[in-house]
Amino acid sequence: MNLSLLKKLLHGGIVPLVALVLWQLLSAGGLINPQILPSPLAVLHKWIAYLAPAEAYTPQLGSYARWLVSGELLHDTYSSISRVLGGFLIGAALALPLGLLMGANQTVYKLFNPLLQVLRPIPPIAYIPLSILWFGLGNPPALFLISIGSFFPILMNTIAGVRQVDGIYIRAARNLGASQMTMFRRVILPAATPYILTGARIAMGTAFIVVIVAEMIAVNDGLGFRILEAREYMWSDKIIAGMLTIGMCGLAIDMAMSALNNHLLSWHRGLEH
Amino acid sequence: MTGIHIEAVNKVFTGAGGDVVALKDINLTIGSGEFVCLLGPSGCGKSTLLNAIAGFSHPTSGRILAGTTPVSKPGPERGMVFQEYALFPWMSIEQNIAFGLEIAGRPAAAIRERVDVLLNMLGLHDFRARFPKDLSGGMRQRVAIARVLALDSPIMLMDEPFGALDALTRRNLQDELLKIWKQFGTTIVFVTHSIEESIYLADRTIVMTYRPGTIKRDVRIALPRPRDPSAPEFNRLKRELGELVMEEQQRHHQAEMAATTAD
Repeated sequence: MNLSLLKKLLHGGIVPLVALVLWQLLSAGGLINPQILPSPLAVLHKWIAYLAPAEAYTPQLGSYARWLVSGELLHDTYSSISRVLGGFLIGAALALPLGLLMGANQTVYKLFNPLLQVLRPIPPIAYIPLSILWFGLGNPPALFLISIGSFFPILMNTIAGVRQVDGIYIRAARNLGASQMTMFRRVILPAATPYILTGARIAMGTAFIVVIVAEMIAVNDGLGFRILEAREYMWSDKIIAGMLTIGMCGLAIDMAMSALNNHLLSWHRGLEH
Repeated sequence: MTGIHIEAVNKVFTGAGGDVVALKDINLTIGSGEFVCLLGPSGCGKSTLLNAIAGFSHPTSGRILAGTTPVSKPGPERGMVFQEYALFPWMSIEQNIAFGLEIAGRPAAAIRERVDVLLNMLGLHDFRARFPKDLSGGMRQRVAIARVLALDSPIMLMDEPFGALDALTRRNLQDELLKIWKQFGTTIVFVTHSIEESIYLADRTIVMTYRPGTIKRDVRIALPRPRDPSAPEFNRLKRELGELVMEEQQRHHQAEMAATTAD
């Protein structure tokens, strides 16, 4: 391993390491009730148990690979992430066309803007009672809440993105004889992409917050459900193990968004203007 | 090939601070294949006139013909090269050059062939897959020129295209432009505020007055090409045009001073 990477790891790892050691010492010394704050080793232990399949492997359970991923943690993670993606896609599918239209057309903007400005400050969480009334329990209210959380960031950024398109690109495209449709598809849309992707990234973050809340209230699986369930049994180690998993999923999603961003915007990096 | 006829063109901008007469009674005929420079200080309406020829704005009165067709909107038969390059940053160099051909609905094979020819002609071959941000200003302007040449525009409109380039790159591109002009027989209208550039390039230099923009003098540059900027005749023209432009620059300056004191 090269030396500078080692140095970097050491540099970034030292504070978490000290925190972990202190935490372990406090818990092991019996200073803190393990039901309030379990030791990091206990959390790790629980996390592994949570990850592992519930029963030992027997051929009746089907293929080995399926058994291997049958643990509760993977199931919950899968449920939460598929809800995030589903809700996000619904929100984006509504926000993107509306945002493009509102950004490009002043009449459409004036028609929709007043209503949207009233709805926008309402936190997605405030829709919970209504969503249960409308959709009952289960996935539909969760998807509804997540799509609302994703909708506004993408909408606002798309409108801004279309409006900030530099007039010089429009003039150049008109000069080349571009039709309205070509202008929109090949000039306005790509020029607005950096803004739209920023909106998508914010939306993803909101979706991730909303999914946890929605699972605590409306459904009975997923990471949000699981940590609330663990509280009823006073399993603080499982609560913390679940929270750490939520953190890791959030980080993974954000890294994926960032990679997508860099891929789509390779033309944009370091652009003057 | 196509000439340009500008007939009794006036352009008035109406604003909160009153009307500004940007162009007043412009009559000008540019022959097919002619290289004409519009020269003057800022505020003399040279870019306004170019934009009107391009079809980006409409004269308040009078009309402009490209060949025999009245200009009503922008179009690829009057290709424009902008000072800010105006390349599409999300398209590769190749895609930028091909874009106009795609709009025109040419078949893919023909587009590829045409783009190849232009990339080679302008020394851009090694950059075909790169993006505009990777290129220097001079290289970007080559791409912008190639984008217009791709469409075989009979008229090329250039709005201070080399204004942002360093002196060496500038001379280099000027020579290249002259070569292209000769080869394609394009009619070129070239806006500049550099007296030397206009003498180096143009068949005719139109000196414009500061507000309202009118034609102050129509000077034929009859020097043989390639032109030598150190030749006595070149310098005589430079002095002559310099005096004309300087008078307008003075008026521009005085108008600005007056506006400042009025505030």
